[in-house]
Amino acid sequence: MTGFLDAIIQGILLGGLYALFATGLSLMFGVMRLVNLAHGDLIVLAAFAILAVAEKLGADPFVAVLLAAPVLFAIGFGLQHALLNRTLGRDLLPPLLVTFGLSIIIQNGLLQAFSADSRRLRSGAIETASIPLGGDIAVGVVPLLTLLSAIAVIVVLNLIFYRTAIGRAFRATSDDLEVAELMGIDVNRTFAIAMGIAFVVIAIAALYLGLRANFDPTIGPVRLLYAFEAVIIGGLGSFWGTLAGGVILGLAQTIGARIDPEWQILSGHLAFLVVLAIRPRGLFPRAVD
Amino acid sequence: MLLDIAGLRKSFGAIVVADDFDLTIAPSEAVGIIGPNGAGKTTLFNLIAGGLSPSAGRIRFDGRDLAGVPPQGRCRAGIGRTHQIPQPFENLTVFENLLVGAVHGRGKSEREATQSCGEILDQLGLIKRANTLAGALTLLERKRLEMARALASGPRLLLLDEIAGGLTEGECAELVTTIRDIRKSGVAILWIEHVVHALLAVIDRLVVLNFGRKIAEGAPKEVMARSDVRQIYIGIEA
Repeated sequence: MTGFLDAIIQGILLGGLYALFATGLSLMFGVMRLVNLAHGDLIVLAAFAILAVAEKLGADPFVAVLLAAPVLFAIGFGLQHALLNRTLGRDLLPPLLVTFGLSIIIQNGLLQAFSADSRRLRSGAIETASIPLGGDIAVGVVPLLTLLSAIAVIVVLNLIFYRTAIGRAFRATSDDLEVAELMGIDVNRTFAIAMGIAFVVIAIAALYLGLRANFDPTIGPVRLLYAFEAVIIGGLGSFWGTLAGGVILGLAQTIGARIDPEWQILSGHLAFLVVLAIRPRGLFPRAVD
Repeated sequence: MLLDIAGLRKSFGAIVVADDFDLTIAPSEAVGIIGPNGAGKTTLFNLIAGGLSPSAGRIRFDGRDLAGVPPQGRCRAGIGRTHQIPQPFENLTVFENLLVGAVHGRGKSEREATQSCGEILDQLGLIKRANTLAGALTLLERKRLEMARALASGPRLLLLDEIAGGLTEGECAELVTTIRDIRKSGVAILWIEHVVHALLAVIDRLVVLNFGRKIAEGAPKEVMARSDVRQIYIGIEA
């Protein structure tokens, strides 16, 4: 019994990480209908960026992410403004092709710059610290922080989306791009800001990816897959749905692994298929689409 | 002149939808446009609001040439438009729909925008629906929202696209009163409409379009009395 309870707790915590992977993707799709095939690779790129800053300055990764975040915001803003905005339109293929190309460029660029060695972010004792919950169950501090950060990120994003002028512009543009332009919204700039914010979320996801496990330049596509599944399970357009999607995916994986260690990845995908079959629009879809 | 269109032409391949079209509108003047379906009326609005670029000719607004000015720039310059089929931001509340226009289209601060949008909602009878999602509105409410949102961006020229279509007589009369009030506040109006009696109750001047060409222009009653116009107009009714 304790085993399953433990699997459930670990699954929820793992879900926090998947939710962080997925939130940036959910934001990009929600605002600019951009399916970003380079999302996983961007997370890995951000992890290397944090690693580089941490090593150069001898700083803790938690400090390094604060330094890297504004830079990543600027990169995201620039990428959207200069490149991705040109690909968006009625045709869905150009953004897929361009982000697929980006994915290849990032992977190979990282291989060139950092080699294929697997790396890790080092933050001292916190990496292995855990809080005993009684019985044989304990939760790791880093997984707990991951989930709390995911919740914090979603709270902040919801505040931006529902309480600020730029958030209103995000929602208006996502509803009807042409009318948004007629109402005076500069769509290119709005999209660029959304991408900048998505890149900050990517930086946070990268921090926990790097603290939790090893990473190397080739692991991006699998993170992308988990992120996609979490977004679709949750329903497009809802950040809380994305969190729920991440948690469901995490739970399915840890419970599957408890039954048989070989089933971990498979049971995550099965949970995704079940949700797709029963609720094709996800668990928490938007009211009007 | 507030709006000054000269030699405007738009063609899609061999199909000409606007041909050598001239039109001027003075500040706070109300001009109506009628014409059969496919006469190029909505195309004309798209050319003015910036959704389409003309093949030839020029459009000046307040003395400024609009060539190359994107739709959001035209909105900020003071051109507001409504759509024949209302297109509210359905996942935003009614109030938020207006705030978008006031903050982005007019450059107002959040606080000023809240004030002015409240007044517009009141004027258009939507104040009770302020916190409803726009997707849940009835047709009349959607049409009112369409106009309210355009007004929130502080236009000096309001383009109305068949705003009276599909309404009952009573609703139509209310709408006419509202449009008259808007006009009295100093906003110029260019109104495309099939419901001619609603149009005639507001406008100073009437333009008749057919196959992208202006075939008549002048005082509404005189224009409506012309035999060629009657023929086209009866064509609409048939």
